[in-house]
Parts: sequence; structure tokens; C-alpha cells
Amino acid sequence: MAAIIELDRLEVELGGRTILKQLNCSLTGRAIGLLGPNGAGKSTLINTLLGFYPPSAGTARVLGRDIRTAARNVRSLIGYMPESDSFIAGMSGVRFVRMMAELAGVPAEAALERAHEAFFYVGLGEARYREVGTYSLGMKQMTKLAQAIVHGPRLLFLDEPTNGLDPPARQRMIELIREIRDRGDLQLVLSSHLLHDVEECCDQVLILKDGSIAAFSNLEEERRSNRHFLEMETRGGDAAFVEAIQRLGCEAAWSGNGVIKLVMPDEVGIRQLYRLASERQVQIRRLHHKRDSLEDIFLKAMGVDRAGTNGGAARPEGTSGRL
Amino acid sequence: MAVYRKTYRRYQGALTPEWSRCLVLTRYSFEDMKRRRMLALIVLGSSIWPVLCALGIYLHHNLSALKLLDINPAKLIPINALFFMTYLGVQSMFAFFLTAFVGPGLISPDLSNNALPLYLSRPFSRAEYALGRISVLWILLSSITWVPGFLLFGLQAYLEEGWAGQNLRILSGLFIGSWVWILLLSLLALALSAWVKWKPVAGALMFGTFFVAGGFGSAINEVMRTKWGHLLNLSHLIGTIWVSLFEEPMRLGAGAAFFRVARGEEIPVWCAWVSLGAFCGVCLYMLARKIRGVEVVRG
Repeated sequence: MAAIIELDRLEVELGGRTILKQLNCSLTGRAIGLLGPNGAGKSTLINTLLGFYPPSAGTARVLGRDIRTAARNVRSLIGYMPESDSFIAGMSGVRFVRMMAELAGVPAEAALERAHEAFFYVGLGEARYREVGTYSLGMKQMTKLAQAIVHGPRLLFLDEPTNGLDPPARQRMIELIREIRDRGDLQLVLSSHLLHDVEECCDQVLILKDGSIAAFSNLEEERRSNRHFLEMETRGGDAAFVEAIQRLGCEAAWSGNGVIKLVMPDEVGIRQLYRLASERQVQIRRLHHKRDSLEDIFLKAMGVDRAGTNGGAARPEGTSGRL
Repeated sequence: MAVYRKTYRRYQGALTPEWSRCLVLTRYSFEDMKRRRMLALIVLGSSIWPVLCALGIYLHHNLSALKLLDINPAKLIPINALFFMTYLGVQSMFAFFLTAFVGPGLISPDLSNNALPLYLSRPFSRAEYALGRISVLWILLSSITWVPGFLLFGLQAYLEEGWAGQNLRILSGLFIGSWVWILLLSLLALALSAWVKWKPVAGALMFGTFFVAGGFGSAINEVMRTKWGHLLNLSHLIGTIWVSLFEEPMRLGAGAAFFRVARGEEIPVWCAWVSLGAFCGVCLYMLARKIRGVEVVRG
């Protein structure tokens, strides 16, 4: 798959401080998550890709275009939803979104039609003639999303799209993002503090820490590979039972207390495990697919264990997924 | 009522030319201005003097009308460079008030509402953004300075055969003189709008820049017994340039007292140009510092 974003020893210096340090990676996913604690450099990376900050060394390519030499061209392919409250004063929602479409090159008439459509798409159809300044925070977030997609970009940058949203509004935003992702003609980069948001929407995750890449995970592959990773809680399961499982072609390990961890090859099915257990008079009390959650990946990248001890790294707030 | 599809679709149609996109900002700004009555009043007020000038030119060439009104033709102001310089001087004051009224609202709302990342994340440069905003002032100020000035010139040329050929310098003086003034005012207004978020304060600062800097320059002249303090006096600089453009000796009339320069205190014209250029450069620098997608906090 062609790379959406390629970082080539990208370094960014701001105010005499190196914010992004020699970032090197290639992102190919339909939905790419950017994770990291405050100050990790997520927004700086997005701003650099948008051309707001010049790289001090290295470069990056967005959809094959170099951000140093083709910044304008890059921006013509992008839709951007900024993190902070951003709007144009004294304008109705639909006029604001129409103007944004026109600035991206959509002719006035088509821009008006698309602005209306974008408003209906994000669920603000009834409020589109109200002044943006009078919108609630949730409505403003949706309006920002509408202006980001109104001109039909190929790549969408979403910087903390669920910031400040109540649970139903957050759910609606996540659904919209997933819907956009699943259409397949638009890739997106989602920067968020919320692990759950990233986990729900993204198939690749880039975890940043202090301006460096702390981890890169292909969640899609992770999900696929872990589909065969099982944890089985048994009564009566012993070393002989584990050996029998291994003879089926599985990799299996007995970790005491009747818990067996195994990796099943494609040709082995769950039914065969139950048959084997029945033959050997072993009760299978619980069987579940075990995989590293994004939280596990994130905590590993931050150098934090589940118990919360770390080597000076930031600890997420609880296990709710909020950093 | 139109029915809109609740779906997202890519835009497949043709795009507008890139050069035309900064005019989108101009168009939207003018649409917003339609609602401002005060602006309409200032524009209306600024059309009074050109109408009076046109009347003056007409009377100059219509003896029967003069007789009817019982006006001695010898008492009429001659239609020459001084006439057009006076016209420009008066209009320049309206231009100043118009700029002080419109200018501060051009950029400051975008900065207050953090709208710049929205503009600049599109294929739209900082220069185009500034151009889109400043062209609002250029169009407005042109419509009350050199455009009616050209019409007056055309009227006079129409009424007096051979006059235009002998006075082409007036035409260039009107055009260049107006544009120097327009550029100075618009750059100053935009720079202040970018740095001062509160519109009334930005408007007041425009007056301050002219009058305080002028006063400061005069104080320097008095204390140091020199004339170079005038380099800080924008009105003086503009006056000097206008006089050189219209080829008239420095005397009363050019914007009345606004541009009056005492005898012996004239500064070389090139110094006025350099000084104005430096002032515009400072304004551009101020604009470039503020018009950014994101602000870099140094420290």
C-alpha cells in the first residue's frame, strides 16, 4: 500500500528547542492515530505537515508530495480540523463552511451546495443558519469537521476531535469518523489524548514521546494476528493436556492454576479443542482471545507497567484510556 | 426547501484559479460591510467634495451659468495642479477616517477567534490572506481618491480642448499620490489590526501614529534645531511626495493645514520616499509576525 505519510529524519525546532527529533517512519493506514502525552509533539507534527512550521532538518512527504517543496499542493489535498476553538466571527454556520470551501477552490455555487450537505452530514442541518459564535462546544466541533470535509480532501487531519464533547456527542463524532474512514476514499490522521477514540477509529498508531517515536503499532495486523491467540482457563488441565494440544499443531504453554495460553494455526478450530478437552475429561471454564490492547501498547511505549510504576514517564489518568 | 443528501462525497468538479481565491475574502468582507450604516455615511460624505469639484469645473466652462449665479469668473479657483492637489488632500482625510473605521476589523476578529489555521491549512498563503484583506481597503480608498480624481480630470479634459495633453503630470500625480497614501494607510491599518485585538483601540492608534509621531518629530526639530524630525511625521512625508508629484511649490492648499510645511524645513524628496518605505517595511514585518497558522511561543 502506498505511504500516506512518510517522515524522513524529520526534525523541527521552535524557539531554540528541538520539538520533533529525527522522526523516521512510513504510515500507510486508512486511519492513523497519533498518541502521546502533552508536549509529545503530536500537534507540532500535524502543524509541520500542514506547512505551519518549517522542518529544521529532514523532510516529510504527504501522499507522495514533499512538504518542503510542494506545501501548497499538500494543503490542497488536506482537510484540517484544529484542536482549538476556531471560527470566523459574525457568520452563519453555512456561510462559514461555504467560504472555507471557496478558499479551497470550489466554485461559489458548488460551495454553497456542499456546505449545506456537509452540515446535514455532521447532523447540524437545522442549525446551519445560526451564527457560529452562538453554537455550543459540541456544535462547534461538528462545524469544524464540516469545514474540514466540505471541499472533499483526500486526507483529513483531526486534532482532538472529541475534545469537550459529552458522551452522546462523542459517540456521534466517533461514528462519523468511522463512517468517513470506511468509505475508503479518504484517509485520516487522528491525534487524540483518548486511547479509546484512537482504538475505535484507527488501524495504525504512532506513539510519540518527547518528540521521538516511542512506538509504532499496526492495530489492524495486531488484531488479525491476535485472533489466534487464546487464553484458556481449565479445571483438570495439566501438562499432558498441553502436550495433546501441541500435537494438534498449536503452540501452547501451561502457566499454572489451569490457565493455558495457546496460539492456534489457521487449520485448527475451537471445536477441536473442546473435543480434546472432552476426551481428556478436562473442563474448559473460560476461553477468550487475548491480545495487547492499545493501552498495553501505550503503557509499554511510555515505560509504564500496569501497576503504574514508571521510569519517570507520564502515567495515564486511570485506566479509562485518558492520558 | 432544498433536500440535501446526508452523505459525504468527494468533490469532482473544476476548481477556481488559484489567483482568484484571495478575492473570496474581499467579496465576503464587502458583503459584511453592507450592514454597517456608519460606513455608508462616510462613503456618502466622501463623495461630496468630488461633486463640488465637478461643479466647479463645470462652472468654469459655463459662462451663462456663472452669470445666472452672479459669480465673477475671475474669482473661481483655476483648474490646475493645485486644484487637484487640494482635491486629493481633502479626499485623503476621508480616506483616513474610512481606514480608521474599516481597517481594525479586518484581521483582529480572525486572530481573536483563531481562524488563521483554517485559512492557512488550505492552498492559500499568508500573502494571499493579507492581499485578500488589504484589497478591501484598496478598493474602498481607490473609490474615493484617484477614481473620482480621474473622472474630474476627464471632465476638465472634455470641457477644455488641449488641456489634458498639457497636464498629464496631474494624472500621474493623482494616481501615484493616491496609491502612496492608500498603501501607507492600508498597511498601517492591517498591522495595527493584527496586533491590537480591540477594534476601537486599533482605530485610535491610527490617529496616534499620525499625530503623536508628528508631534514627536516636531519636538525633535525644536530641541535639536534640525528639520530631520519631519522624517517621523507621516503627513509631512506624504505632503513632500505629493508636491513633488504634482510639481507645485510647497504652499497652502494641499490638504490645507494637514500637509503644511514651514519654509526652510523641507526635506529632500528621496528622504521622504525612503522614510515612507521604511515605515511600510515595519508594517509588513508586523503583519508577517502575526499572520501565521500557529503562533510560536519563544522562551
